[in-house]
Formats: sequence, structure tokens, C-alpha cells
Amino acid sequence: MPPAAGSALDRAEPFPDAGASRPGAAGRRGTSTGDITLDLQARINSMQASTLDSRCLPTVPALAHILPGGGLQSGGSYTVRNSTTLAMALLAGPSSTGAWCSVIGMPDFSVEAAQGFGINLERLILVPDPGSQWLTVTAALVDVVSIILTRAPDHLAPTEWARLRARLRQRGAALITLGNGKQSDSTLGVAESAWEGLGSGSGHLRAQRMKITATQPSGRLRHAYVGLADLQGTTRETLTTPPRPSAGPASLFEPQLAKSS
Amino acid sequence: MTPPPPAAGTATRTMMLWFPDWPITAALGEHALPADAAFVLVDRGEVFACSPAARQDGVKRGLRIREAQARCTGLVSLPYDPSLDERTFEPVTAAVETIMPGVQVLRPGLCAVRITGPARYYRGEHGAAGVVFQTFAALGLTDLRIGIADGLFAAEQAARATDELDDDVEQLVIIPEGGSPDFLGSYPLDILEQPKLTVLLKRLGIRSLADFAALSASDVRNRFGVEGALAHRRASGLDHRDVVARTPPPHHDAIADFEPPLARIDQLAFAFRTRAGEFVDGLREAGLVCTALQIRLHTESGEVSERRWRHPRWFDADDVVDRVRWQLQGTNASDHGLTSGITRVHIVPETVEDLADHADGLWGTGPDEGIHHGLARVQSMLGHGAVLTGIIAGGRLLADRRVLIPWGDAPTGQAQSAAARVRDRTQPWPGRLPGPAPATVFADPVPAVVVDSRGLPVDVDPRGLMTADPSFFSAGPQDERRAVHSWAGPWPIDERWWDPAGRVLNRFQLVDHSGSAWLLLLEDHAWWVEASYD
Repeated sequence: MPPAAGSALDRAEPFPDAGASRPGAAGRRGTSTGDITLDLQARINSMQASTLDSRCLPTVPALAHILPGGGLQSGGSYTVRNSTTLAMALLAGPSSTGAWCSVIGMPDFSVEAAQGFGINLERLILVPDPGSQWLTVTAALVDVVSIILTRAPDHLAPTEWARLRARLRQRGAALITLGNGKQSDSTLGVAESAWEGLGSGSGHLRAQRMKITATQPSGRLRHAYVGLADLQGTTRETLTTPPRPSAGPASLFEPQLAKSS
Repeated sequence: MTPPPPAAGTATRTMMLWFPDWPITAALGEHALPADAAFVLVDRGEVFACSPAARQDGVKRGLRIREAQARCTGLVSLPYDPSLDERTFEPVTAAVETIMPGVQVLRPGLCAVRITGPARYYRGEHGAAGVVFQTFAALGLTDLRIGIADGLFAAEQAARATDELDDDVEQLVIIPEGGSPDFLGSYPLDILEQPKLTVLLKRLGIRSLADFAALSASDVRNRFGVEGALAHRRASGLDHRDVVARTPPPHHDAIADFEPPLARIDQLAFAFRTRAGEFVDGLREAGLVCTALQIRLHTESGEVSERRWRHPRWFDADDVVDRVRWQLQGTNASDHGLTSGITRVHIVPETVEDLADHADGLWGTGPDEGIHHGLARVQSMLGHGAVLTGIIAGGRLLADRRVLIPWGDAPTGQAQSAAARVRDRTQPWPGRLPGPAPATVFADPVPAVVVDSRGLPVDVDPRGLMTADPSFFSAGPQDERRAVHSWAGPWPIDERWWDPAGRVLNRFQLVDHSGSAWLLLLEDHAWWVEASYD
């Protein structure tokens, strides 16, 4: 698996704001050395890139520029906080290019909506109820599919997470966890959502606009305003926007809002 | 391109074995019906075959089922299953092959044997036929007609000519060598089974096969082409077809008997593993792989559990053992204990394919092979039905539109009859949901509460009007109270009003103040969350 030439330079480096936190670390010196070690360890982990090469899986353009590295990284793990729709949109990119996808532990996953996002149902494997064998099943599927969407179990030891993430990196698969993932390369969520088409007793749901936020472990936040149709790839509007607008949140806010309204 | 004309030559001396009404015989055995039952086999609404008792009441092939029932009250109708005929005829073919080589099955119920060799061995054609009669009498098949003549066509007609015999013991007609033209000559043209040619010949004043055979072969060929020439040769008793003997299929079934019976699944899986390995190795030595097989499990109490399993690629030994285990787990609720011990496991390969078609390429066969291995591993951990693929079917309710099929099963056929709900998606389905599809469709609907501004439950009266506008709702028992931002409904659905299992419900779309959209159902004064646009 040779690294894609030049792509490593594109990688979004975590923000090294070491200077700002050093006084804070020094101020807590009185508490306990163990805490400080853990704190530093967490900071080191968050600043380390999890992959050696940043091979991108195809990603829906509307989401590509808010993800670190400009798209889903193979070997990466992502958390989607509160939206199955968003998770489906992440699956859609790889699936439309022929990758196998797997959905584990989600008996309520709607295949009809998945098809609406362009997910190839023939290459979509559903394991609705892995029961107590979640980790084994997920690890087995990491070996064979390119991208996995799952609802993580509540109790999973950090060591098991670390082993799973190592397996992901080794196999080049991406993991999308729905819910509260603790360790992931990026946490996405729908911060605001508005539906069109519904009145007071009339009409039906037609379109949705969402504000999607992506939080990196370093605390860096990016967001984008997208419509449901952008995620489904039915409009190519987002392609006309610069692929990577400057990361300042304030500059992103105004023009995007004007555009989508 | 027209095929070359048949080479001139003599027809092969042929013995034809005819079992009249084979579909009836097969169905009698399969459904354990009494021999004098009046029943018919129905194919596409018409009678395909009828039992002797039904025939006495005037039921004929080709009647519509209603008319057949009118003629014969108490008529039992069963669906016609062509594969049953073939399956039950297989032992017959095998029985013939034990006494004389080279059997050609023309269709279930009719098979031909080249008689020259057996006639020499059994001292004459009469002797050979006698041996066949004895063999089948021992098997319990007494209604057997035999015709011996030159060529397949003449032999078949000879077998059918046994109807006119009075002899109840041996229904046998032998046309001496060279006598076929004379024998066939008196038959009408219809037996050629070429309706167009027959009509034309009748208009030309030709009424019997003898008249037709009297025409010059070259004239017939010039006027009627190759098909006409072939029919002419048949009418002249010179059948161009030869008996194409089948190669008896090798016996690949795997049978394992357990004495004493095994009562635990893990015991059985362990005990059967070796036999499964031999089964797969045996196929492989023959250059074959099995892609579909049938497993029959005989229990101590005499029950037989039978199921067909398909494999996305081909079975190896572990896969076979897994299927046996899943079949047992499926039929028995408890995890390891069986209600009755297993005495015999019988595995029949249903579809075998050439190993070369499934061989791995030099650099492997790509990622799909890995997929099959990986999913087979998960299936052996969780069971056959735990790894699924989805298809979208027709329906109004979203849960009906999602059909999940175990990995490896075909989307049609067996899975379809099991689910029985795979409905056509291309139909219009009035009342289905407009707009984007919700991402979460609850497999089990979640109870919800919808109230108006005064806190009273909202309902829909019999005339389809709402008692009040919804103001607050909670999706699920543990859910917070959400204020309704906008809503639409009620959209009535009256599914299958003629069916007691049909449902009458009203559908609503609601958007709460946080901007999340929900799809709610109101059925029988109770609210349910059908789906969430999360």
C-alpha cells in the first residue's frame, strides 16, 4: 500500500497551540502526576496523525472539505453524533465507486433512504443484531469491507478500541460510529436543521437544510451549511464552491448561508 | 442456416418404456394420496394431468379448474411441479440402468433404450421386455407400456398402441424389424405434432402417414424444407434420431447414520465434520463444486426436516457443517438440546458446477472472494439469518418496503415464498410516502404521545377529521416533550379492506422545534413512531 505521492502535504495538521496550554498544565502541577501524564498523553494522541499515508476514500463533496484531510481517510474512524442521514451520506461516496459497506447493530437502518443516497444495496451488508459479539463481528468485517457504519456498544474498553483502530489502519477501512464515540479522527453532527415543505396541517416534507459541524480531537471546529439534496448528490451546487475554503469559521458562515437560502 | 439433411440409413432398434400419467404417479407418491383419489394437477389455472378417478368423471387435460370441479365434485387440485416429476423419475432411470445400459430420458415418464445388445443378452426382445416388466413389478410400478420398433418415433407409437391390447399382464407391442413403415402407415398425420404441416397436407388430400411417406423425399424437401423432410423420414419409419444414452450421474450424496441418535447440535456438528469433508473432497475429485444442496435430517421420532441451501460461491466442508447446524437451530428453539435425536443426515448436492468455472485466478479473484470468506465467518458466528442484504419492495408502510434477505439466499424463489411479502415495487402503491425517505425506519414501531395545546390526546374521528391540532408530542416513552413546529396529515391508509389482517391508519409528518422531522402513525387511537428523519 504505497502512500499517494504528495498527498501527505495536504493533510490538515492539528493546531499546535502548545504555548497556550503549557501554563495550564503547569498550574495543575499540584494535583497529581498521574493526571498530568494522562493529560499530556491525550494531547500527544490528539496531535498525532493516525495514519502514515492519507489515502482518501471518495467522499460526498459537500462533506469533503469539513473533514480533516479533505475527505474520509482510509484507516480513519469517525463519529456521527446525532444523524443517520449524515452517516449515510458518508457511506455513499465509497459505495458509489464500488466499495463494500457494512452496517452493524442498526436494525432501524432504512435501505430505501440508503439507496436514495446512491448506496449500492448489492454491496451493502447488514448485521442488525450482533448481540454480545459486536467487537468480533466488526473486526471480522473490517477485514473485508471498506467502510463500516455501526452503533457502538456503551461498554468497550479503551484497549479494545485501540486494537480495533489499529486493525482499521492495517486494513485501510474506515469506521463510522453513530453516537458518542470517544476516540475518533473527527466528530460530525447536525447542529441545526430546518425542513421545508411542511405547513400547519398541509404540505409534505420536501427539503432539508442542515448546519453540519466537524470537530477534530484538537478542538478545531469546521462547519458547513448543506441541503439534503447536496448530500444525496442530486445537485452539484457545492462543487462550484471552492473545494477548501479558508478554515476561519466567520468567513465560512456568511457566504454559505446566503448561497443556500 | 438450415441444418444439413439427415444422412440416409436405417433407424436404431429401440425399446420405449412409457409410464402413462407419470405426473399423477409422482404426485400420488409425494402427497401420500390413495390410488383411487380423484385429483388433478393444475398448471396456470388449467388441468395439466388428472387421475383415473377424475378422468372417469369427465375431467380432461386443458379444462379450466372451475369446470373440472363442476364435473367432479370433491376434486382435489394440486399445483403441478415439473421438478417433482423429474426427481421421482430418477429412480426409474436408475432401475433400468441396472439391467441394461444406455438409457435416454425423453421426458419424465418416457425413456428409450437401444435394444440390440440387451436383446442378445436376454435371448430376444421379448425376453428383454420381460425382464423390464419383472424389475418394475418388484418396484411396485405395474402400469408400464413397452413398445419395440425401429427408431424412437415408431417405438413411441408402438408403446402407445398397447392401449388396444387386451392382455393385462404384459402390455408390450413389438414391431418386427423393417415393419415400422407399415405399422405407422395407418396413423393420421396428427401424431407428427406439426400442426401447420398437417393442415397443409390435409388440404393437399394427404390423410395418413402412408400417403405422406409415399411422396418422393426430394419433392418433400423442396416443398416443405428441412422440417418437412424430417417429418417425412419419421413417417417413413426412418427416424433420424438415435438413442442418446445418458451417462449415469455419479453418486455424490453424503449420508451419515448415527447410532445411538445424537441429541446435541455440537455433537452432531463434530461427528458430521469428517463426512462433510469426504463429501466435498469427492466432488472435487470429480472436478465439481456444489453451489446448492439439500439437507435432510431424520430424527428419532420419524420426522424429516428438509431444506435447500444455496451458497454465494461454493460449499466447503465447514460451510456444509454450518448449514446442518443452522438448520437444526432453525427447527429447534433451544440452543443445544434437540427435541428428538438425529439418526441420519443426508446431503444431496442439487447444483454442481465445473470446478474450472470457479477456480481462483492466478492472482486471486479479486476482493469479492474475500467478502464471501469474511461474511461466511460472521454467519458461522451469528447464524445464517444474521448477515443480511436489503432490497426494496413495494408497499405503503416503510417497514413493508424494506425486505432483508440472508446473505447467500436468492432474492427470489425460496426466500420470496418464506417472506411472501416481496411485492412488486413498480406498482403505483397509492398512499405511499412522498418526498425524501426517512433514514431511520423503526423495525418495531415506538409508542408515541401526541397532545393538543390543552394537553388532551389528539385523535382522528371516523370521518377523517382531527379533534384538535397537535401541539406537543413525545416520540417514545422516555422521550422529552417536543413542541410541534409544523405538521401535515392525516393521510389515511386503508390497506386490504377485504382482508381481516388489513390495516386502517392515519399518517402524520411532524417537525419539532429543534428541526427534527418525524413520521407518526395513528392506528386504533394509538400513536406510533414509524420513522425518523434524523
